[in-house]
Amino acid sequence: MSDNNSVAFVRTETLPELPPPASQAGAIKWARENLFSSIPSGILTLVSIYVIYMLVTFVAPWIANGIWNTNSLAECREILDGATGACFSVISERWNQLLFGFSYPSELYWRPGLAFLLLFVAAAPVMFFDLPRKLLIFTGLYPFIAFWLIWGGTIYTPVFALLGLAAGYVVYARFVKDSFAMGFFGGVIAAFIAWYIGGYIVGAIAPAEPMLEAVQSRNMGGFMLNMILGVVCVSLSLPLGIVLALGRQSDLPIIKWICVIFIEFIRGVPLITLLFVANVVLAFFLPPGTNFDLILRVIIMITMFSAAYIAEVIRGGLAALPKGQYEAGDSLGLDYAQAMRLIILPQALKISIPGIVNVAVGLFKDTTLVSVISMFDLVGMIRGPILSSTDWNGVYWELFMAASVLFFVVCYGISQYSQWLERRLATDHR
Amino acid sequence: MTSVTDPPQGSFRLSMLINDTRYRSYTFQFIALAAVIAFMAYLGINLVRNLAAQGLNISFGFLGDPAGYDINQRPIEYDSQSPHLRAAMVGVLNTLIVAFLACLTATIFGVIAGVLRLSSNWVVRKLMAAYVEIFRNIPVLIWIIIIFSIMTVSMPAPRAFRGDAATSSMLFESFAFTNRGVYSPAPVIDGLSGWIVVAVFIASIIGIFAYRRFATKKLYDTGQLLPTFWPSVGMFFVPVVLVYFILGRPISLDYPSLQGFNFQGGLHLRGSLIALWLALAIYTGAFIAENVRAGIQAISKGQTEAAASLGLRPGRIMNLVILPQALRVIIPPLISQYLNITKNSSLAIAVGYMDVTSTLGGITLNQTGRAIEAILLLMLFYLTISLLISAVMNVYNNSVKLKER
Repeated sequence: MSDNNSVAFVRTETLPELPPPASQAGAIKWARENLFSSIPSGILTLVSIYVIYMLVTFVAPWIANGIWNTNSLAECREILDGATGACFSVISERWNQLLFGFSYPSELYWRPGLAFLLLFVAAAPVMFFDLPRKLLIFTGLYPFIAFWLIWGGTIYTPVFALLGLAAGYVVYARFVKDSFAMGFFGGVIAAFIAWYIGGYIVGAIAPAEPMLEAVQSRNMGGFMLNMILGVVCVSLSLPLGIVLALGRQSDLPIIKWICVIFIEFIRGVPLITLLFVANVVLAFFLPPGTNFDLILRVIIMITMFSAAYIAEVIRGGLAALPKGQYEAGDSLGLDYAQAMRLIILPQALKISIPGIVNVAVGLFKDTTLVSVISMFDLVGMIRGPILSSTDWNGVYWELFMAASVLFFVVCYGISQYSQWLERRLATDHR
Repeated sequence: MTSVTDPPQGSFRLSMLINDTRYRSYTFQFIALAAVIAFMAYLGINLVRNLAAQGLNISFGFLGDPAGYDINQRPIEYDSQSPHLRAAMVGVLNTLIVAFLACLTATIFGVIAGVLRLSSNWVVRKLMAAYVEIFRNIPVLIWIIIIFSIMTVSMPAPRAFRGDAATSSMLFESFAFTNRGVYSPAPVIDGLSGWIVVAVFIASIIGIFAYRRFATKKLYDTGQLLPTFWPSVGMFFVPVVLVYFILGRPISLDYPSLQGFNFQGGLHLRGSLIALWLALAIYTGAFIAENVRAGIQAISKGQTEAAASLGLRPGRIMNLVILPQALRVIIPPLISQYLNITKNSSLAIAVGYMDVTSTLGGITLNQTGRAIEAILLLMLFYLTISLLISAVMNVYNNSVKLKER
């Protein structure tokens, strides 16, 4: 341990860590693992990048050179002067027709717009469970408010419709303690009686100059029509679908067969044929002289259509529940209605949510089919009045892009919500 | 240990119909049946009264009258003097043609996209996700119209192909993409010897399957592994090529050529057919891709690892372990997608493709005014197809059902 016996050099501190080799770190490592892990993968990467490059170089200048402020296609082409570019001015000039149809009074656009905004308020407590439950009151009132805003007319119509429902509920609450069936059917009958009487009262007291100017159903159009059909039909078909699903799972053979035949018939035919029925055949089956709105007829047919699909989804949910749940309900001494309401349906509906949302998105897309029976929804507006007008004859891609974007935003949003909900509700007891 | 719970004996009271569970189910069913019958009777009476008021009747006699309209795509012989029934038949065949083509193509798109969505390659994965999301979330009607517009607006007119200064040219001298549709070479089968070649081709495909089955059986029985790939390739090509040249090349291709204002000869695929076909295929392909992805992901990783630990090679793991299990998950939704394609093909009416909805439910309906009969027949047709496909699906489901214990 003497000084002259010392080791030449002893490192007393550790070396600083070197960074990993360039090929094992950062972007290069990521690219090696995710883009060029093997030769076929590398080729695929290059091909994909080429495809993306082609798409971008094809579309980007077209969008970037887009012209937003001309009054006709000819003017727009003049400004472009042969260069690549989109004539988005068709959207800036005709946005109102795309959204509201061509005969909704333009000074009243705020009404469907407000109804659209309120839709989010009404849907929020249904979609997000953390919100205060009191908001559901507004959800219950929303259909009447929205109807009044969009169609206008006397406020007594929605008020009496609401009163009819209230009468039905009062009767239901009075009799449901004795028997669910008595309460339910009594409530339905009471509601119909109230509506019937209300119809006369409204006719008698309706002012000549209502607060909101009335708009005829045939003036509805554009994306608004798609939204109306989608929202109304999905909400109406949910209860109907639940009833059909329960009927199909029922032990009572006649009820079961009625539901099976209805569901299989509706699911076996395309929606277009049902729309044809609404358009030309339904009138034959109504009392002579009745003539109600095409939009109402279409709503009836689309609701039946989506109810059949939703019933199948819910049937899947019912079938997926373990038999023990049904037996648990029986052993507690609950009757059928109680067992379904308190034990079976909450679980079955939870399992069916992704399927129901799929049906809802599909149905919303299928509302474009009404353009085939010459209703002027978004697609009908594009193919009909806008493309055949002298100003905008030939401006295809901008219009189709607008329609695609509108539908994509709504449908993609709903499906993302559904995935969030699925994660949120996952309890993982399977 | 059984306890007898005989209900108290008593005389029957009317209130038991509602309060006694033994009778209540009958009461409810009776009420439901009576309500349905009453509703049907109400509709029926209305129908009779409406028909009487308009001086109409229900009769299918119009099916025998001359149709009086032309159909541009005719798989069977048809002219404007043929009866409405024949027009409907042409429509049915056109529906089946486009549905078949779209099912085939959608499966190819869907399987490729579904497998690539699980690829380890980031760009490919994201590209396929974009494809699936974009096409699933935009209505198929819009896709049909977009592709139809591409076919009719963006394609050059036939006259662009003419002369020395032609602005367009045919692909490989045999395919012409025009705004009147796509012209491609058509095979011409020359007499009996031509059909013999076709028969040999079909026989050799059956032979390949038989050979593969034989090889599998041999593998299971004796453990001897026969080569399958090269023998299959050989059986696919050799007999057909031999017969083709021995019989003096009886099958030739008829190339389209520009004559006058339009192309003549070859196979003419109209823009409406292509729009409907491609749009249905790409749209439904996106749904099938999701089914395929879900099916593959449903097979737990343990299956792959178990197979690998048995010493199977990756190709055999896929063929013998993963695919048979994944197919059980994939095929039922796949078949219902086929059903959707068939039903969505009724959108042909939006682009003027003459399927059964456009002939029977469109022009025939408008010309004869027989709305109830025409739509009834139309619904019956689609219902038959759906029930047939459902029956096939049930047979398949039963055949692959997990046989537990």
